[in-house]
Amino acid sequence: MLRYTLKRLLSLAISLIAASVVIFVAIEVVPGDPASYMLGINAQPDTVAALRDELGLDRPPLQRYFAWVFGLLQGDFGTSYTYRTPVAGMIGDRLWVSLPLALLALALSVLIAFPAGILAATKRGAPRDLVVMGVTQLGIAVPNFWFAMLMVLVFAINLRWFSAGGFPGWEAGLWPALKALVLPAVALALPQASILARVMRSALLDVLDEDYIRTARAKGLTRAQVLRRHALRNALIPVLTIIGLQFSFLLAGAIIIENVFFLPGLGRLVFQSISARDLIVVESVVMLLVLAVVVVNFAVDLAYAAVDPRLRKRS
Amino acid sequence: MNARIPRSLWLGAALTALFAGAALISFFWTPFDVTQMAISDKLKPPGAAHWFGTDHFGRDIFSMIMVGARTSIAVALVAVGIGMALGVPLGLAAAARSGSLLDEAIMRANDLVFAFPALLIAIMITAVFGAGALNAIIAIGIFNVPVFARITRGGALSLWKRDYILSARVAGKGAARISIEHILPNIANLLIVQGTIQFSLGILAEAGLSYVGLGAQPPTPSWGRMLADAQTLISLAPHIAIFPGLAIVFTVLGLNLMGDGLRDLLDPRLRRVRA
Repeated sequence: MLRYTLKRLLSLAISLIAASVVIFVAIEVVPGDPASYMLGINAQPDTVAALRDELGLDRPPLQRYFAWVFGLLQGDFGTSYTYRTPVAGMIGDRLWVSLPLALLALALSVLIAFPAGILAATKRGAPRDLVVMGVTQLGIAVPNFWFAMLMVLVFAINLRWFSAGGFPGWEAGLWPALKALVLPAVALALPQASILARVMRSALLDVLDEDYIRTARAKGLTRAQVLRRHALRNALIPVLTIIGLQFSFLLAGAIIIENVFFLPGLGRLVFQSISARDLIVVESVVMLLVLAVVVVNFAVDLAYAAVDPRLRKRS
Repeated sequence: MNARIPRSLWLGAALTALFAGAALISFFWTPFDVTQMAISDKLKPPGAAHWFGTDHFGRDIFSMIMVGARTSIAVALVAVGIGMALGVPLGLAAAARSGSLLDEAIMRANDLVFAFPALLIAIMITAVFGAGALNAIIAIGIFNVPVFARITRGGALSLWKRDYILSARVAGKGAARISIEHILPNIANLLIVQGTIQFSLGILAEAGLSYVGLGAQPPTPSWGRMLADAQTLISLAPHIAIFPGLAIVFTVLGLNLMGDGLRDLLDPRLRRVRA
């Protein structure tokens, strides 16, 4: 297990280094000079030059790359070109919206998908299986921002149960803040739950075909016991992968939903920073999101290896 | 191939044909001119003259959906083309030299692309290089490359162990020739099914990009931008949000059903299970 962990850790480090190079180069080739962007078209050339010097834009690329990476390692994400505040602080503030939103959406997705997938798999071909398959097929096809708009129409505009957008901040209290996240979380969770329910169903169907399930039944366990003790546990492996992927997707993929609901999350921060050519913010947030994806995948891999010794040998 | 054609394939193909047909017909005819504004007719609910009503400029929504189908289908289709054109050769090469440095490099590069938040990068590409259909295609296409590379490699790897490949090698055929003559035809099924799925994901991605203003630019109608325009008016005239959304849902649903049906039809393994 130790060797496996070390090996995975090494490949994690390589991925992160590669990602940082890709991000840095991509931002380098972006047309438009941040300094002239910030000062506007009427700026004097020497003012622009002074600002370039202040921002360190005149240093050679390699030097800037290492400055950026070592900064990141120490928790220094640089200073925003437009807001002149530390990027780390801006990310921290936004994370307080994006992280709870992602977790809430993921929890909803799991809460819907698990029972739906189990219901469908345990009675394959029965009406309830067909209903689950039909509804999830529809759930995958619905664009989440459109679903969000319809929910705003029904629950915010007509019924007035929720506000149509905005975020009061956690200072306003737990309930008002959570309330502002409910509709966005439901919108995000719908397609995710549909995918997860289908994965759960097919993973369970695969497992239920196995000989050891028949043995367990022959031994005298009831259907429910077999499901709980043997089937679910073994079906969880593919389901966990998808949950891991969904979490990292939800963290970054909320960008459009954040726009629908005017939520000050990470996605909106990147979106605004791209339009303002605030490249240091874009660079650091994208790196952070890649880090999240890679670390989540790493954790999922380790979780597997802990559960299933066969996987340790394979790689 | 004597298997019964699955019902999902019929339904999916019918829905897909409906929208592809609408897109084609829109080149010759639409009920109204989509660029023609008639403020006196604005926000009309669905009726005899305007089947799906009119938008805030008095444009006919039914006509706009027909022309919008063109944009969605073109963007998603070309993006799938990019993914296949680059991903399939990469996957074939990786499988032919399985375990080599080349294989390792290709697969790690794939993992890297997967680690990036796709939508965010697509937004970045279009925002930086300019909003428009072409950049949307590239942004969506890039993320299709690793999908096809991975599925090609997976399918090809299992084939390389087969006896008929061994005999082709004994006959003196090179890796490239074997890949093209023997491997590719045998994984075509896999690629068609995956292509349908990526096509539907491309439609959703294009809608998302146009929704945030980074897809096809006005006056070209696109479903995503119709929804963006509808957002502020949804309480006054819900129909302007409902119809473009339904167009996206039914197109994506059609493609997904078709993909499922094709997989059932083409995958002999599944057929045996069902029989």
